[in-house]
Amino acid sequence: MDNHGILDALRTAWHLIVTLDPNVVEYAVRSLVIASIATAVASLIGVPVGIVLGESVFRGKRAVVTVLNTMLALPTVVVGLVVYLFLRHEGPLGSLGLLLTVPGIIVGEVILIVPIIVALTVAAVARTDRDVRKTALALGANARQANWIVIRESRFGVLAAVIAAFGRVVSEVGVAMIVGGNIDRFTRTMTTAIVRYVDMAEFALALALGAVLLGISLSINVLFQYVQGGGHE
Amino acid sequence: MTRPTISTFATAFFCAALCTATRAADDTLTLATTTSTENSGLLAHIHPDFERKTGIRVKVVAKGTGASLQLARDGHADVVLVHARELEVRFVAEGYGVMRRDVMFNDFVVIGPGDDPAAVREIENPAEALRRIAQAGKFFVSRGDASGTHVREQQLWRDAGVPLETEVATLFVEGAKRSLEMVRPRGDWYLSVGQGMGKTITIATQKRAYALADRGTYYAFALSRPAKTDLAILCRGHESLYNPYGVIVVDPKRHPHVNFAGAKKYVEWITSPEVQQMIGRFTFQGKVLFHPNAATAER
Repeated sequence: MDNHGILDALRTAWHLIVTLDPNVVEYAVRSLVIASIATAVASLIGVPVGIVLGESVFRGKRAVVTVLNTMLALPTVVVGLVVYLFLRHEGPLGSLGLLLTVPGIIVGEVILIVPIIVALTVAAVARTDRDVRKTALALGANARQANWIVIRESRFGVLAAVIAAFGRVVSEVGVAMIVGGNIDRFTRTMTTAIVRYVDMAEFALALALGAVLLGISLSINVLFQYVQGGGHE
Repeated sequence: MTRPTISTFATAFFCAALCTATRAADDTLTLATTTSTENSGLLAHIHPDFERKTGIRVKVVAKGTGASLQLARDGHADVVLVHARELEVRFVAEGYGVMRRDVMFNDFVVIGPGDDPAAVREIENPAEALRRIAQAGKFFVSRGDASGTHVREQQLWRDAGVPLETEVATLFVEGAKRSLEMVRPRGDWYLSVGQGMGKTITIATQKRAYALADRGTYYAFALSRPAKTDLAILCRGHESLYNPYGVIVVDPKRHPHVNFAGAKKYVEWITSPEVQQMIGRFTFQGKVLFHPNAATAER
């Protein structure tokens, strides 16, 4: 794209923000609601599983971790497609009526990010374990106390896992598009709105929405930074 | 002799990439067209003849009509084959295109679930059918993507006389403020999906909804084995569903880099009696999808 196009896009983005364009606000709110709920649900599942998996020692753990790490590369369109096939009219869960709804999108996003949270939590716990457990034991903690200390000290790594999962949901388009259907006023999110404008060859609008989305992500990460910083005190 | 170094390879790679990225001048032609001509298989059926006769390879970019014209405005296409007469005329009037010619026509159909909850079957005028769907509050799935089908659908909603609202998106083009406006009826039953014809039919099928479709794409879904939709044609044949396709050459005065000679050849070729006959004989599952009309000026 030439410079002109980028300038046009930035101006369009600025205009969308300062006028609080009702459509864009709606897409953004929907994206954030989906990401928040999906991340909360996935964290409730993924963090405990990740901690237990990280702390436990068993045969085949390495294989499990490898599978989890592979699932980090799950294409979002594949997750979207599989969820679609389950939720559609003729599918096994068709009677739930979740296809083309926000709850349906959330189901898909949870499936997408649970492996991310588990894998990154396992990594965080393992990393902390190496550094902290010996010290805790040397200072007289018993095994159970040492476990607890490891978990407590892993919290920043776990928070990073949750942030990464949240970012994945906000930025992905495969699940939202296929499961949600990009329906205006019902399931259209920031990313599916971008795809629509790209398909319409309205590149300035598409790029403008991208800029707005990036701005939102930046604000959220600054917020997380702040929370993390507060934890250090 | 010097040994080839990494930088030699890098330079070679860079040049190769650059050559691929730059548009080849005369031996390729970029056609921006609608999904219906591409997905129906028509272009794949007739283009080999053009390539054989001229040695020019056709690169097909299949988008909605609005997007195709937008790409051509930006100089990314040499010739367009689209279906929205009003937009085509404006495109030419604004100085982006020359040599607009009629090529062929088919028609739009209103499709919907077989049990027809809004009782629109046998209604002749599609605007009246849409009015009934609106009044009954039954699901209607819209392209919502500024395509030719969406343009026609908006016209039908205006004709239906139901309460409308306007989606406005403001943007800047070359520094100037412009707004994109699309009308839609009010109501939660109206589902605007902003996607192509195929996805729109798929979503309508899942929602047991009505939709406006071009006959070709509908056939491709309904007559495939196994069928991809069980929605039925409920309203057809009215003159307001007439769907003419036009071909336009992108004006080289506006975009000097376009393949003007190739585009002119393309227009002459696709309107020639021989190719017109090919178009008329093209069928899918025994159904004729497009009717040539280059010879007859206006219907």
